[in-house]
Amino acid sequence: MSRDHVLHKVRTALGRSAGQALEPVPEAGIEIPEVFIEARIDQFCEAFEALNGKTYRAASLAEARATVESILAGRTAIASNAPLLTEIGITTLPKVQSGLADRLDLREACSTAGAGITSADYVLADTGTLVMFSSTEEARMISLLPPAHIAVVRRERFLTGLDELLTREPIPSNRSSSMVLITGPSRTADIEQILVRGVHGPGEIHAVVL
Amino acid sequence: MNPLPAEKINKTLSNSGLQLAIYESTGRLMEKRRKALASPLAADFETWREQANRIKRHTIENLDHYLEQLEQNLTRNGGKLVWARDATEAADFILNLAKENNAFRIVKSKSMTTEEIDLNERLENHQLEVVETDLGEYIIQLARERPYHIVAPALHKTRYEVADLFTEKLGVEREVVIEKQTMIARARLREKFLSADIGITGANFLIADSGAVVIVENEGNARLSSSAPRIQIAVAGMEKLIPRAQDLATFLKVLGRSATGQPLTVYTSFLSGPRRAGEIDGPEQFYLVLVDNGRTRVLADRDKRQSLYCIRCGACLNHCPVYRKIGGHNYPWVYSGPIGAIISPQFHGVTEDPWLPYASSLCGACGEVCPVKIEIPKILLALREDVTKAKKREGGGGLERLAFRAWAFLMRHPKLFEIAGMAAPALISDGGGRWIRSLPRPLHVGPIARWLSQRDLPPPAERSFRQLWRARRRRS
Repeated sequence: MSRDHVLHKVRTALGRSAGQALEPVPEAGIEIPEVFIEARIDQFCEAFEALNGKTYRAASLAEARATVESILAGRTAIASNAPLLTEIGITTLPKVQSGLADRLDLREACSTAGAGITSADYVLADTGTLVMFSSTEEARMISLLPPAHIAVVRRERFLTGLDELLTREPIPSNRSSSMVLITGPSRTADIEQILVRGVHGPGEIHAVVL
Repeated sequence: MNPLPAEKINKTLSNSGLQLAIYESTGRLMEKRRKALASPLAADFETWREQANRIKRHTIENLDHYLEQLEQNLTRNGGKLVWARDATEAADFILNLAKENNAFRIVKSKSMTTEEIDLNERLENHQLEVVETDLGEYIIQLARERPYHIVAPALHKTRYEVADLFTEKLGVEREVVIEKQTMIARARLREKFLSADIGITGANFLIADSGAVVIVENEGNARLSSSAPRIQIAVAGMEKLIPRAQDLATFLKVLGRSATGQPLTVYTSFLSGPRRAGEIDGPEQFYLVLVDNGRTRVLADRDKRQSLYCIRCGACLNHCPVYRKIGGHNYPWVYSGPIGAIISPQFHGVTEDPWLPYASSLCGACGEVCPVKIEIPKILLALREDVTKAKKREGGGGLERLAFRAWAFLMRHPKLFEIAGMAAPALISDGGGRWIRSLPRPLHVGPIARWLSQRDLPPPAERSFRQLWRARRRRS
């Protein structure tokens, strides 16, 4: 059997035997700076805009709804099942479809919609990153197939960066089959190292901070 | 034993368009890295490199432990780990799986490991459609070429060549605007993503404590390949392991910056099995094909096994004066540049391409930029030693040994050495005090001719060191 064959070869190469104790494990290099929420949001907005993302601040649910409506500017959209989006009233905006639970229906809807609207589980301030776990509330395709992605996030969701995320979620697989970090619009530089946005994923990305 | 492909290399060197493309693209990548490292966010870069090296060393030294842990956790997540001794086993598994599931169309995201095992060709031989979806990979698949660079596979293609290629292969009108070329590819590939049965991806990291595969990318094609089709297969070399998800805090920080100067790439996917109850989308089946294909051979060499720490950022290629001249297609295997020069001989044996460890000026740039601190120059030297030993075993290398013996003899006989030193200027025509290209014609033979074809000699000094020394002693 290949499994045993390969493991045996590995052990022989290393001079180890099956079940041999592990050498002392080096500590993980985790370092979390102290940054106040307000400063985190500023930092996020700066990093996100530097990547050609757009950021907006909304003081109330009503303002968030109006912001999303103006970003859509009449385009069709598909919204995720995140309770926050219902609470804000985004699911009742004109031309916004929501509540899809079937994989194929959802894929079909996402491939024709003008924009995908989601929330995010966390936001990383220093790199301008949205963190999304796949779940009943958030499908993988909504932030991926439409040409524009709009994320609405509460301010409590802002973490300082990757180190804090991995401290909060040391085993991300305990929570979902997929955790995706999104840092800016889809891009490529494969031809002559020239930057082009929106190659396979959304070329346009917006973050509305609540 | 393959000789140095001198003719092929000369062709690259004399193609001025290609020279410019390589020089500019690697130059841009170097500049992006330099800028990213100058940012205050990367002030701890050296500490991260140390940490990355420490973690990789620990993982590789205890690889069997982490392999078993990975398998356990991946299985618990509902995925399946498939062990492949070599390319054939990896391809056979995928072929059988495709057959069982009536699968015909496969979308692929960029993976050097699948290039290494010639997976596309093997699958295509069995009437499967395999579509590369990374823009650069798509271009070289259309051109039927191998990747030119670990990170930027189509680095050598100009927009004009891409325009010709798209016209020829896709039947579209000639388009030279890069943005529009990209949109042509997007539309073509979108159809493929939505109709594919299987998605094949690589893996940048395998996480033992989570049973997960981590993929970094900028385009979104790896997300699509892993999430749109009903079957996902990740193919990875077993050296991609790291112990904990928390170690990503170090590795993601060094990888993006070293490769393309990004603090984080656009997408980082942390995937750990098929979609779970309640999740709306994602694959129904999830496989990780773990490839040996020679890695255990590399592992057996205590000093050189650090070659397996590589995270495929491509920084050593961009900074290598040799890669920047000869490009990616003159190296014998899919891995080019300094990292290719150290891993290819270890996978295939040093006698296969004995010239390879010498394809370096030993300037040390590769070692300086390596984010996991692989001592590439040191390994190159060790491999040269192996080549010499192997040649000796086979009774070769006679001319070189003779030359060194002559040199040693001269060094031990000061009088003779001096006479030889005085004879040299007489033998060599001086280029009017400038550097000279020519030894006297009769000496233009064999290795000397090859050496001179790319190099010059400084004119001999008018007076030797010994003469100067004697004059000085006389004066005092």
